[in-house]
Amino acid sequence: MDTNKVGHHISQQFDRELEDIRNKVLVMGGLVEQQMDLAIKAFSTSDTALAEQVIKNDSQVNAMESTIDQECMQIIALRQPTAFDLRLLIAVIKILTEIERVGDHAKKIAQMAIHLAVDSDSVDSFYELHHISEMTKAMLHHALDAFARMDIDGLAEMDEADDDVNREYKGIVRQLITRMMEDPRCIGRSLDVLWAAKALERIGDHSCNIGEYIVYMMKGEDIRHTKVSKD
Amino acid sequence: MTTEQTRTHAINMSSLGRDEQKNTSEKEETCIEVKDLNLFYSNKQALYGVNMKMPKKKVTAYIGPSGCGKSTLLRCINRMNDLVDNVRIDGQILLDGENIYAKSVNVADLRRRVGMVFQKPNPFPKSIYENVAYGLRIQGINDRAILDEVVEKSLRGAALWDEMKDRLQDNALGMSGGQQQRLVIARAIAIEPEVILLDEPASALDPISTLKIEELINELKETYTIVIVTHNMQQAARVSDYTAFMYMGELIEFGSTNELFTNPTKKQTEDYITGRYG
Repeated sequence: MDTNKVGHHISQQFDRELEDIRNKVLVMGGLVEQQMDLAIKAFSTSDTALAEQVIKNDSQVNAMESTIDQECMQIIALRQPTAFDLRLLIAVIKILTEIERVGDHAKKIAQMAIHLAVDSDSVDSFYELHHISEMTKAMLHHALDAFARMDIDGLAEMDEADDDVNREYKGIVRQLITRMMEDPRCIGRSLDVLWAAKALERIGDHSCNIGEYIVYMMKGEDIRHTKVSKD
Repeated sequence: MTTEQTRTHAINMSSLGRDEQKNTSEKEETCIEVKDLNLFYSNKQALYGVNMKMPKKKVTAYIGPSGCGKSTLLRCINRMNDLVDNVRIDGQILLDGENIYAKSVNVADLRRRVGMVFQKPNPFPKSIYENVAYGLRIQGINDRAILDEVVEKSLRGAALWDEMKDRLQDNALGMSGGQQQRLVIARAIAIEPEVILLDEPASALDPISTLKIEELINELKETYTIVIVTHNMQQAARVSDYTAFMYMGELIEFGSTNELFTNPTKKQTEDYITGRYG
């Protein structure tokens, strides 16, 4: 881990402030990963109590976003950071937004879990989502891990993973549409599953964005919006 | 497009942006070009093979730790180092394409074209009016109408006219430090130089006077090429178009200020501007 990137300022107080921000982002990332895990678990086991817990925890994620944002702003105002330090803070502010959105999607999945548990008699709502949830979980973990290690190796694979997730999502949509046409009684349930699938697909996108900000932070290159659309 | 291609594409795109920037700086007309400049104080070498092109009507800032040679380099541009004993210089400095170290160059003429302002304001113990008019008087211009016009124009140019127009006959030493520094700038621009060298122009001033000087620099670059030495990195970032980072007598990195302060290419530059151990 290249912690040298953050440390070694003449002002050790500044080192501590940056390290503190970095740690807080990692804690927030860990919390959101946990939220996602729990939401998926609640969804797959129709555990409404667990889903309620996820929805409640989301305010904690939101509060962390505000706190870290505020601290970044303070450092910018008081220290006038430059070069890597500046890019770190800007990247953190952007990454926070992405992490917070992932938290929102976890909450959304939890809400769908509650709907399904109430409405549906089937306990196997989850089978369509099993694969996509594993894929996006891995992507989020990969992105947060790259931030923790301050290392962009392996981030290039994120795009490919995102393409896989998108394909998987389209497959789920097709499957659900077919089901809804076959049996209109399952439209309600299918839509709930669809929202949850959409939330997972978006988590994949947010993970990619986090990866892009890490590249910006480490190399100063803005690689957003450079992917040529295949559609 | 595969992922690999996407990334390569991305990297090409961003390096393209950088090339464009470089080209614009090359397209700009060069005012001062330093070529293989070495400078020795007796046996001690203070500048090592410096090469750079400073564009016309832009602000170039030199930054670096104490003793890195930035003031020495600045003073080479109007041959102030000629006044120091045992200085030996090799290499060239071209002002509008002509080597200022050529034998044929008249140093007084050169210094008329390249004005200089120092860290501590150094007005003459004369009236405000006479301070500004001084450069013209020693050129033999004593016509009151011309002098009046130049004094007003220069004081306006240095953002001092409104404050000082009713006090022109007061002694300049009675002004505040910030006002004195702007007066010295007015004195420098009265003789219409091409280049203004500023050696730590704001380091002895309070923050508000500093901002006034910075604002002034921004206005002066419409007309003049400006080279500024500063210890204050944020000041360099604010006022300059190009920044040169020097360390131990070498020019480490020279480029657009935006690029140098957000994404420097050399580790030494990064360490210095982010305040890390060298």
